[in-house]
Amino acid sequence: MIKIEKRNDVPMALYFFTPFIAIILTILGGGIIFYILGFNPIEALKFYFITPISNLYGFSELLLKATPLCLIAIGLSFCFKSNNWNIGAEGQLTFGAIVGGGVALLFYNQEGFYILPLVIIAGAIGGMIFALIPAILKTYFNTNEILVSLMLVYVSKLLLDYLVVGPWSNPEGFNFPETRQFSDSSRMPLLFEGLRIHAGIFLALAAVMLSWFVLYKTYLGFQIKVSGLSLKTAKYAGFKGKTMILVVFMISGACAGLAGVGEITGPIGQLHRMISPDYGFTAIIVAFLGRLNPFGIIFASLVVALTYLGAETAQIFLQIPKYTGQVFQGMILFFLLASDYLLFFKVKILNLKKNELRH
Amino acid sequence: MYKNFFRYLISAIFLLGFSVNSNADFKVGFVYVGPTGDHGWTFQHHEGRNAVEAAGIKTTFVESVPEGADAERVIRQLAQSGHDLIFTTSFGYMDPTNKVAKDFPNVKFEHATGYKREHSNVSTYSARFYEGRTLLGHIAGKMTKTNTIGYIASFPIPEVIRGINAMTLAAQKVNPNIKTKIVWVFTWYDPGKEAEAAQALIDQGADVIMQHTDSTAPVQTAEKAGVWSFGQASDMQRFAPKSILTSIIDDWAPYYVERAIAARDGTWRQQDTWHGLKEGMVAMGPYNSAMGADLVKEVEQLQKDLASGKVHSFTGPIYDQKGNILVAEGKVADDGMLAGMSVYVKGVEGDIPK
Repeated sequence: MIKIEKRNDVPMALYFFTPFIAIILTILGGGIIFYILGFNPIEALKFYFITPISNLYGFSELLLKATPLCLIAIGLSFCFKSNNWNIGAEGQLTFGAIVGGGVALLFYNQEGFYILPLVIIAGAIGGMIFALIPAILKTYFNTNEILVSLMLVYVSKLLLDYLVVGPWSNPEGFNFPETRQFSDSSRMPLLFEGLRIHAGIFLALAAVMLSWFVLYKTYLGFQIKVSGLSLKTAKYAGFKGKTMILVVFMISGACAGLAGVGEITGPIGQLHRMISPDYGFTAIIVAFLGRLNPFGIIFASLVVALTYLGAETAQIFLQIPKYTGQVFQGMILFFLLASDYLLFFKVKILNLKKNELRH
Repeated sequence: MYKNFFRYLISAIFLLGFSVNSNADFKVGFVYVGPTGDHGWTFQHHEGRNAVEAAGIKTTFVESVPEGADAERVIRQLAQSGHDLIFTTSFGYMDPTNKVAKDFPNVKFEHATGYKREHSNVSTYSARFYEGRTLLGHIAGKMTKTNTIGYIASFPIPEVIRGINAMTLAAQKVNPNIKTKIVWVFTWYDPGKEAEAAQALIDQGADVIMQHTDSTAPVQTAEKAGVWSFGQASDMQRFAPKSILTSIIDDWAPYYVERAIAARDGTWRQQDTWHGLKEGMVAMGPYNSAMGADLVKEVEQLQKDLASGKVHSFTGPIYDQKGNILVAEGKVADDGMLAGMSVYVKGVEGDIPK
């Protein structure tokens, strides 16, 4: 018989160490998959994890890819830490991009240093407003935020579809589903010539610093953490639960909106239907892999971004199907959850005969 | 000063990375928007790649590359890793292709269905799919009992509108009472949405279904409902053997082989290609025997005439929905008009979404 018991003494060091175990297991698992597929596992893993970042361009692309993941995951960590399950970051990203992109189009062909900040702020506000919908419904109507935030993803994506096909489509673009290219005044400045890495990375770093400060140095952060550990304790302590739900969703939405606006004013430069390859969902993995810790999230976003780049390189050099990237992301989450389970619970194999004898 | 030095240093290292592989063997890269197993658009480009490979030229492909920020990196990586010719096979790769082409003047780029050739190393190519639509229209006009043709459309771009118009004009020629009903699904590939659209059209009385989307869902829905259908992009007969009357097949293979050899031998020049039935870039699948021998013969003759240029898909008089003349009697629409087509012809129901 198998008995599962909760462990009472989980060492904190081990708690932060398990993500590394998950990554190592993922790499081993990936090697086995490559071997079964008939590739030299060492060579395949090299193309997967080393080749993509072996030059400056590759490294800059890694940072570019990690930027939105990091931003969104930082926002999500506020929600997840306080037991609010915001699954709709993808929708908040999209709505933020719509609002930010709308402002960018409004200032089309205009000059001014104030335009880009306006676009960025509009994007953050857009994401914030969109995240407030599930938050308000949860606090005042007791709805399930998982369902509402998830379903709103489709609402925002369809709204974007409508806008780029219809009213906002490029008048010179032969009805193709995309807006005009934004003017330079609403594009993120590039950090280096020839590389796509842009100023949006500073937004992500600022979000990391700010979130660390809020979570660990303020009363709000204390409330969030206590609510996450025990809702009853939070209530007993007299924390204003409703306000906190609204605040964490607003933070989360603003971060996702920033990520969206960073993409459209950065590498994309316009609005069209494919502004995000599901960053909002992948960031959930990033948040958990980073242990909902701001600095852990930086690390996790780089690891997960690398699985995207690695999948491309592996297909170019070895013709390994690109979907292995998603397999890797799935494996990371699986191994993380599995090792967490073993961390928090003891699995005891009981010898039935002995027990029977005792009785 | 220091900042500039840093910038130049970065650029130098960056450029060094490009030049390392330039002496490698001749290689051709392909960027696909969908999975190679979509049995439609990407499947056909992949068949073209197989033909290049069979001609003894090394190739590489990357599938399911989103048309967003990722496309530029993938194209750049192909250029950087020693590919000499790169085919980018979806409209959404237009700007990334031109951007990368600027940084790699020695690499040749071929972009499908786009119109921007900003650098001398970028060519564009597309097929005159509308010629195939003319044949479908002729068949549909003869086969329909309800005089209603259902059309699943993706995006209101000239290419799609051209197909709708070419089909409607040909159907009207053999059956003046024809009506074309359209459902816009705003996607290129979404089996669920495509199936729903097909069902909606069938429910509205359409007994012939055709689609300008990539999945096999519409033909499978038609097969179940017992109405006629046509395969799109590739021969889809095996997915709906009873229902499919024929398929429009995009045959990129001859073009890909020709361009790859030209690039290898140094005779590649920038061009804008728009090939049709004549060159074989548009081909037709086998005709269903349910059409009857007479109709098959008629259609085969029409196919020959379209290929030889004796018949043009857009021959006047052509009227728009309001009855204004678009192409005068005895004239044919020129390529410029075809490329920018943005109004329906008479007989199409509804409005173009704006």
